[in-house]
This record gives sequence, C-alpha cells and structure tokens, in this order.
Amino acid sequence: MIQAEHLRKTYGPTPVLDDVSLELGAGEGLTLLGPNGTGKTTLLRIIATLLRPTSGSLRVAGADAVQEPEAVRGALDMVGHGSWVYEDLSAIENLRFWAVMGGRDAGEARLRAALEEVELEASADQRARTFSAGMKRRLALARVLLGQARLLLLDEPFTGLDRAGRKWLSEFLLSFKARGGTLVVATHSFDAGVGVADRVAILAGGRIVLDRPAVALGLEDLRRLYDDLAMGPGTAS
Amino acid sequence: MSGYARRVWMVVWKDALTERRSKESLNVLVFFSLLLLFVFQFALGPERARVEAALPGLLWLGFILSGLLAFGRTFLVERENDCWEGLVLTPGDKSAIYLGKLAGNVLVMIVVEVVLLALFAVFFAIDFTPVLPGLAAVLSLGTLGLASVGTLFGAVTAQMRARELLFPVLLLPAVVPVLLASVSATQTVLSGLPLADAGAWLKLLAAADLVYLVVGILTFEFVLEG
Repeated sequence: MIQAEHLRKTYGPTPVLDDVSLELGAGEGLTLLGPNGTGKTTLLRIIATLLRPTSGSLRVAGADAVQEPEAVRGALDMVGHGSWVYEDLSAIENLRFWAVMGGRDAGEARLRAALEEVELEASADQRARTFSAGMKRRLALARVLLGQARLLLLDEPFTGLDRAGRKWLSEFLLSFKARGGTLVVATHSFDAGVGVADRVAILAGGRIVLDRPAVALGLEDLRRLYDDLAMGPGTAS
Repeated sequence: MSGYARRVWMVVWKDALTERRSKESLNVLVFFSLLLLFVFQFALGPERARVEAALPGLLWLGFILSGLLAFGRTFLVERENDCWEGLVLTPGDKSAIYLGKLAGNVLVMIVVEVVLLALFAVFFAIDFTPVLPGLAAVLSLGTLGLASVGTLFGAVTAQMRARELLFPVLLLPAVVPVLLASVSATQTVLSGLPLADAGAWLKLLAAADLVYLVVGILTFEFVLEG
C-alpha cells in the first residue's frame, strides 16, 4: 500500500525528514512515535499528497504519489488535527458536503447510518460548534466511513479523548483494519498506538530509528527504546 | 445534475448556510455600506450637480470597498479545522470549488449592491427606476469581473500571514479594466443614454470577465494545492 524510499523534506536549509524509507502492506497498521517536531505530521502529509517531498520516491496504492497525486487521493482518507468540520453546519450537513465533494452516495439514509456507526445519531442535526473534540473526531470518522478509503492516516487521534473515547477509537481502527484497511497513526500515546498497530516505528531527528513488529515489543521495552533512541541514552520518560 | 455541477452547488449551499447562520459577512457589509454613505454625504454636500457627476464613481467605490471585505474572507472559513486540506484531497476537478465560491461571492455582492443602491436613493434622493434595466446589466458584468478576480486572489492570500495587506494590493491593480469600464458604462446609463452608447465599454467588460473567469478556472487547482 505504501512504498517510500529515501524521502527527504527540507524547509530552507532545515531538514524535517531525512532519508525515510518504509513499506506498508495492505491491511497493515503502522504507529509512528516520536517527540514533537521529528517529522511525524510531515511524513503523514507527504503520504496524503498534501506536501511534496524534496527528494525521494513514494508510491501509494500502486500509484506514484509525487507525480500523480490525484490517482492516490481516491484511495486514502485522513483525520488530522483539524478534522475538516465546518462549525456552523450540523453533523449531517457536514457529512453531506464531504460526500458530494468526494463523489460519494449522499443519500439521507447512508449519512444517518454512518452517524449511527460512530454513535452520533442523536446529534445528527446539532451544529458542530456545540461538539466536543471527541465528537468532532467521531464526525470525521463518519466521513471516512462514507468513502472507500483503503488507507487511513491519523494524526494524534487519541489526543483530548477520555478513556471511553480512546477505547471506542481503538475498536473503530481495529475494525477498519479487519476490513482490509491500512492504517498509519502518528501519536504520542504508546499504549493506544501500539494497540492498533502491527508495526511500530520511532521517528527521531527526521529519521526512522526503529521499525519493529508490535508483537515483538512490550510497552516497557518500547518506552525504554523510545527514551534511548528518541530522547537520548539514559533519559527517562 | 452532473457530479461537477453538484459540487459547485454544494459549495454555494455550504457557504450560504454558513453565512445565514453566522451572519458574519453580511452584517458587517451592510453596516460598512451605511458608513460609506455617511462619508459620501458629508464629502459631497447637498449640491445636486456634484452628486450626479460623482455618482458612478461613488457607486463603484462602494462596491469595490465592500468587495475587498467580502472576497478577502471567502476562503477563511476553509482554514478553520483544516477544511482546506479536505478540499485539496477531494478527487475531481478543483475548478468546481472556485465556481462555487465565485457564485457565493456574486450573491453576496448582489445583496450589497441592492443595499447600496437603496441607500444612495434615500441619502441623495435619486430615482434609479428609469435606468434600472441598463444599470442591472452593467452591474452584472462588473460584479462578475470583480468577483472572478476577488475569489481567485482570496484563495491566493488566504494561506498568507499578511493577507489583509496583500489582498487589496493584488486585487486593485488587477481590476482596473473592470472598474474603468464599469464606471464609464454606469455614467452612460445614469445619464439617461441608451445602453448601446456604452457598447465599447461593455465589450471590454465582457472580455475582461471572460479572461478573469478562464484564468480563475485554469489556475485555481494550483492555488489550492499551494
């Protein structure tokens, strides 16, 4: 699903990503960990075709994401920091807008079914301005359900969620993966991130310094490796 | 309705609904129009001949100043919650978004123009009804030209830090042909002459509209992608 080779992204002389290569198969889940400013969001935005890498090659869903971003966009969806929610539209109006813009079925029944799936059916006609951060994230995920995305990119999806919200989101992501979807999750949340991933990668200084199967890593091992690789040896988190 | 037309309509529907609920732009624009009219009233005084001579220019000064406020805000709603990213990632021809935004801006400008004309009629005791068909034709062409450039530059500057400064600096020189032709054609119409007498200006206006519209449609995707 994703084949990235030697990706590099610089802003002026400053490299944000440096020689990043990764491969992710269909139906796999990858969690990206790393301190702030190490390039997690930049990497997600490059995979999403929102940013062009300075150099390197990237194929997503079989197409060249740098040369033919349009060919890639139909296969992916993204839930970033902003969640693409219009505050003055209701939940169902937001879904209708994105469904039509994405060329998808915008029938009332389909939209309400998507809201039901993310447990927002009772708030379908409420304006998004009144929603909590967790509700806005659910609304964004309802938008994902309307599409046929095979790759879902999430940037800090667990931030601002309570325990129940995190559990619900983890289950949602696992069910997306169980249906054959591919996940890339950038997060600071070790336990939630590892819980939805097949692989865990740590980014530090714009480079992937660790990429291992999640089953091979206990949470304590991961924390220790993170401290050594991302924060410097001997640093306790 | 084709997929393209549905997407154009969806953008208009979304912006109209947002504006109806927030009333952010129209309230400000109507209040701004009222302020402008007070300023014009004080500047020109009660002398009828001075008012009539300056009227075409004043009308378009009011329209362009209101347009500067309206067009500059067109894409700001897309910055909230990163909706801009969503628009970039939507598959298909991005010019549908431009045309939807343009249609929304034309609608806003029509409301502003109707309010401004009504205020001019009240403040300066002018009866526009005998020249209304000709005036409507000139206003339609002029508004389309202003909105075509304004919508495009609204998108160009929306992602910039100094957008409030850059937007008028970019827009005003670009709309000089539209303003020149619109003011001159309005002068002809308000003088009671037939619309055909302003034929050359109207042709220039139509040509400028066409050029701006085509440039907007062709370049919007690159603007959106940044």
